[in-house]
Amino acid sequence: MAHDGHDHDGSELSPIALRVKALESLLVEKGYVDPAAIDKIIETYETKIGPRNGARVVARAWSNAAFAEWLKADATAAIASLGYSGRQGEHMVALFNTPSQHNMVVCTLCSCYPWPVLGLPPVWYKSPPYRSRAVLEPRAVLNEFGVSIADDVEVRVWDSTAEIRYIVIPMRPAGTDGLNEDQLATLITRDSMIGTGLAKSP
Amino acid sequence: MKGAADLGGMMGFGPINPEENEPLFHAPWERRVLGFTVAMGPTGAWTGDASRHKREQLPPSFYWSRSYYEIWFEALTQLLIERGMLTEKELAEGQLHVPPAAAKRVWKAEDVEPWLKRGFPYDRPSQTAATFKPSDLVLTKRMATSGHTRLPNYAWGKRGVVEAVRGYHVYPDSNAMGQGENPQWLYTVRFSAQELWGSATPDSVCLDLWEPYMEAT
Repeated sequence: MAHDGHDHDGSELSPIALRVKALESLLVEKGYVDPAAIDKIIETYETKIGPRNGARVVARAWSNAAFAEWLKADATAAIASLGYSGRQGEHMVALFNTPSQHNMVVCTLCSCYPWPVLGLPPVWYKSPPYRSRAVLEPRAVLNEFGVSIADDVEVRVWDSTAEIRYIVIPMRPAGTDGLNEDQLATLITRDSMIGTGLAKSP
Repeated sequence: MKGAADLGGMMGFGPINPEENEPLFHAPWERRVLGFTVAMGPTGAWTGDASRHKREQLPPSFYWSRSYYEIWFEALTQLLIERGMLTEKELAEGQLHVPPAAAKRVWKAEDVEPWLKRGFPYDRPSQTAATFKPSDLVLTKRMATSGHTRLPNYAWGKRGVVEAVRGYHVYPDSNAMGQGENPQWLYTVRFSAQELWGSATPDSVCLDLWEPYMEAT
């Protein structure tokens, strides 16, 4: 992916940075957008919505069997009960990893991702290598993330082709019996909720 | 359409290369593109499906070499010009020449949080009964269209098993093309890696597919 490092200083904006600035000015002048709303959108995704939300969901599911059942039956409602809902998470499904099935999520056609629980997707999730290979050779992809799944375990890849958004519930690591939800949440990585990682051991 | 965005199963793009401790944005302009792309949604000038269709029509040489925010920016610019909301001349000169088009709604700062929390659900009250149920065997169609579809090329003409009935959802193939929401039953269908790729693993791929994409088998 091409990224410009030249727009840290207003006096030497890159061509794309200049075009973005020009377009935003026009959108504001035309009255299509309010710059304060744009700021608020950015601030929301920078400070309020991210993978820490998803980690709370998983930690609750690990600690509370009734919540886990609710999450299986109606993930949208169960997740909303923790305060996470809305844009790009309107129709949630939770995928529980088991000793016989490892789940992994991709969007081969664009970049669909469960924003309310995981925030904005990382660049690799939106880029051709992951999108092309996740469905074709998921085990090779997992190996690149340092994850090895036994030959007799099914790797089930979920291609987000509609408005259903998926969160993987990784298996709870051994040796975590005495941990509370806050402590458990620190073991739950973003990648473990995409399915390209596992939960960390304490 | 089978454009540059229909990537599933293609080869030659190399390793994934996840970035360690990746920042949320890689340049300040990316933040603005996120912000105004999301903020343009409520104006009602186009649907999310129409945005996706515009992005998938970008030439492969562009789509495969640019960052995702550049893809968003390019598609947004094209939509604005096509819908008569902005002209090429305005964009080139940075000056207004034509009066603004009507916007259905413009978010103020205080609208952002409630609207993001509410979101934009795609399910609709069902008008028909679902044709398929879990465990049904289905065969997907071959969707060679220059319009929009969410049936990826790698799953054309494949046999799968209905895993779940997800509801009655807006049909992107219509919605993206300005032909209305035309909701249809939506299913998750599971395909074996053997069926898709001839792969002798126990693995499988699940896709969310609308009823018109498939028939009973």
